[in-house]
Amino acid sequence: MEQSWKQAKAAFAAIAVPPVAWLVLFFLVPLAVIWAYTFGENVGPTTIDFTGTFANYARALEPLYLDIFGKSLIIAGLTTLLCLIVGFPVALAIAFAGPKLKSWLLLAIMLPFWTNLLIRTFALIAVLREQGYVNFALEWLWNNASGFMTLIGLQPLGDYEPLTLLYNNTAVVVGLVYVHLPFMVLPLYSALDRMDRSLMEASLDLGAGHMRTIWSVVVPLAAPGIASGILITFIPALGAYLTPDLLGGTDSQMIANVIERQFKRANDWPFGAALSFLLMYLTFIAIAAQAFIQRKAERRG
Amino acid sequence: MAKGKYLKGASRRSLLKQFGAAAVGISFAGGLAGCSRASSRTVNFHNWATYIGPTTLDDFQEATGISVNYTNFASNDELFAALRAGNPGYDVIVPSNEYVTRMADAQMLMELDHSLIPNKANLLPEFLDAGFDPGRRYSMPYTWLVVGVGYRKSRMPSPTFVPDSWRYLLDSNQFTGRIAVLGDSADLIRLSAKYKGHSVNGVPDAMLSEIEQMLIRQKPHIKAFHEDDGQDLLLSGEVDIVMEYNGDIAQSIRDDADIAWVIPSEGTLQNQDCLCIPNQAPHPEDAHAFINYLLDGQAGAGIAEEIQYATPNSAARDLMPEDYKSNTIVYPTPAELARCEYGAFEGDEKARLYEEIFTRISAA
Repeated sequence: MEQSWKQAKAAFAAIAVPPVAWLVLFFLVPLAVIWAYTFGENVGPTTIDFTGTFANYARALEPLYLDIFGKSLIIAGLTTLLCLIVGFPVALAIAFAGPKLKSWLLLAIMLPFWTNLLIRTFALIAVLREQGYVNFALEWLWNNASGFMTLIGLQPLGDYEPLTLLYNNTAVVVGLVYVHLPFMVLPLYSALDRMDRSLMEASLDLGAGHMRTIWSVVVPLAAPGIASGILITFIPALGAYLTPDLLGGTDSQMIANVIERQFKRANDWPFGAALSFLLMYLTFIAIAAQAFIQRKAERRG
Repeated sequence: MAKGKYLKGASRRSLLKQFGAAAVGISFAGGLAGCSRASSRTVNFHNWATYIGPTTLDDFQEATGISVNYTNFASNDELFAALRAGNPGYDVIVPSNEYVTRMADAQMLMELDHSLIPNKANLLPEFLDAGFDPGRRYSMPYTWLVVGVGYRKSRMPSPTFVPDSWRYLLDSNQFTGRIAVLGDSADLIRLSAKYKGHSVNGVPDAMLSEIEQMLIRQKPHIKAFHEDDGQDLLLSGEVDIVMEYNGDIAQSIRDDADIAWVIPSEGTLQNQDCLCIPNQAPHPEDAHAFINYLLDGQAGAGIAEEIQYATPNSAARDLMPEDYKSNTIVYPTPAELARCEYGAFEGDEKARLYEEIFTRISAA
């Protein structure tokens, strides 16, 4: 018994008002205050005058900060690409798993969310550091190989030198992929799960191979899911600050680290707010692009 | 100091303690509401984590009948940000030297009534006045610490080698890839100025660009700008030489005898954590009583024994065991101290300039 919301205005209002009020009060109003800061000037240690200046944006658009934005875009883009490459087969496997296995696999994907991001990042440090589990495993293999070589009369391999896996940009990307993978897998899974299986069967019946079927049938059908997966992976990765802070080296600074320091040590809220809003404008552009792609896909479909 | 935002060995700014701090912070609001209803006397004490004796607060309540509502913060920046929009209800806070000036400038602090703090007489003479707070109008000293070099003895070129210069960290490839330095813009720039023979304060612009060039040159040899968890990097073998605070390295040496400490010959930064009363404190009189109690000899000794930082309190120090008093890591020698300086707050403009230099170094 579907009916238009116009026929049940009171019920609709009762349901809609609390979340809308919540959104306005605790999201839009604070956001508007921060947005106002972007046009403000520091006049004292704790006072900001709203002068309507564009100086903060002008400073945020200096080459120094644009380069950091560019670098953050590259790191977030690389993270998203890797998540897509790793996440697509995983999502496909979950979508085609039996119903019982499927719920276990979905649980496994969501399990990391039960632990705080900070704890997960520290766990990754324990795995990757020089006295960490990856290096322990490699050292064990190395020593066994070395022992084997002495056994068959060859020179031993010498001492194991631990690999430096932490405190560089690779570690940041690994950390970001690890953290953001579920964001990619879940929308991909829901798109693949909804897909009409008969189309794939038709493709296979008509002589296309498995790869060809995936490329020409599955991927185009899952395009909206891929687009939203890319978006909800890319946006948080772009604003990451904990991961580069903890896993990064001396040149792993991302834009969110710079923003954080403006609100803390530099005590320059207007400039920090301008940097934040530049990031947000970029995000809006990305969302608009995604909507555009989706609309195009729908029109084609 | 953006110190130990996330993790810190067994000292005042550790990860789990911060989670604890957050939890206490949540219950704090309830505590405040509770105390406004009840008429019993309370002091709301906002301190670094693990920075108090195990029985100090209970002893105070027993002695005065005033209960203490204890909450924690993790960095000076966090404390400053919390008070920016007005005092949320704290009576006693513990900012470091530079931030005493910054907060006093921002009119966040209440002038102390020295007549209510007779235990001030217990302080060592050098702590009775302070450059960052002339006449001690706003602050009483709680503990003090210095930055220096922690290193792994077995990884030095020879058993007798001591890295007694900032050069090994800031201007040399000798320990390439095995170095970690503090990731705080002001600390890093000040110590670079000290290395170049200048004071940590009033660094001229020409020298700032020299320092920037030097650190950009040095960057490939540095493994990490650490968040004051340098002792963990040293203990886990990730690096061999770090810029760190003395208390952290003193604790690490207890765990690992291969670690040693030195204050570089060029001199270093000294810090002092201070007891202050923020403006609009709900219980200013009891806050004075509490500060006075913390400066008591017995109470001070109980705190120093637990936290193992240097106390400015001579009565407390006299009560401490000999091995604490003679620990030259906790208490640098007079010759070393003569080369130490407090980093002064030189205005928001300077802080922003240092921050931008650090951003440029990181982006280079």
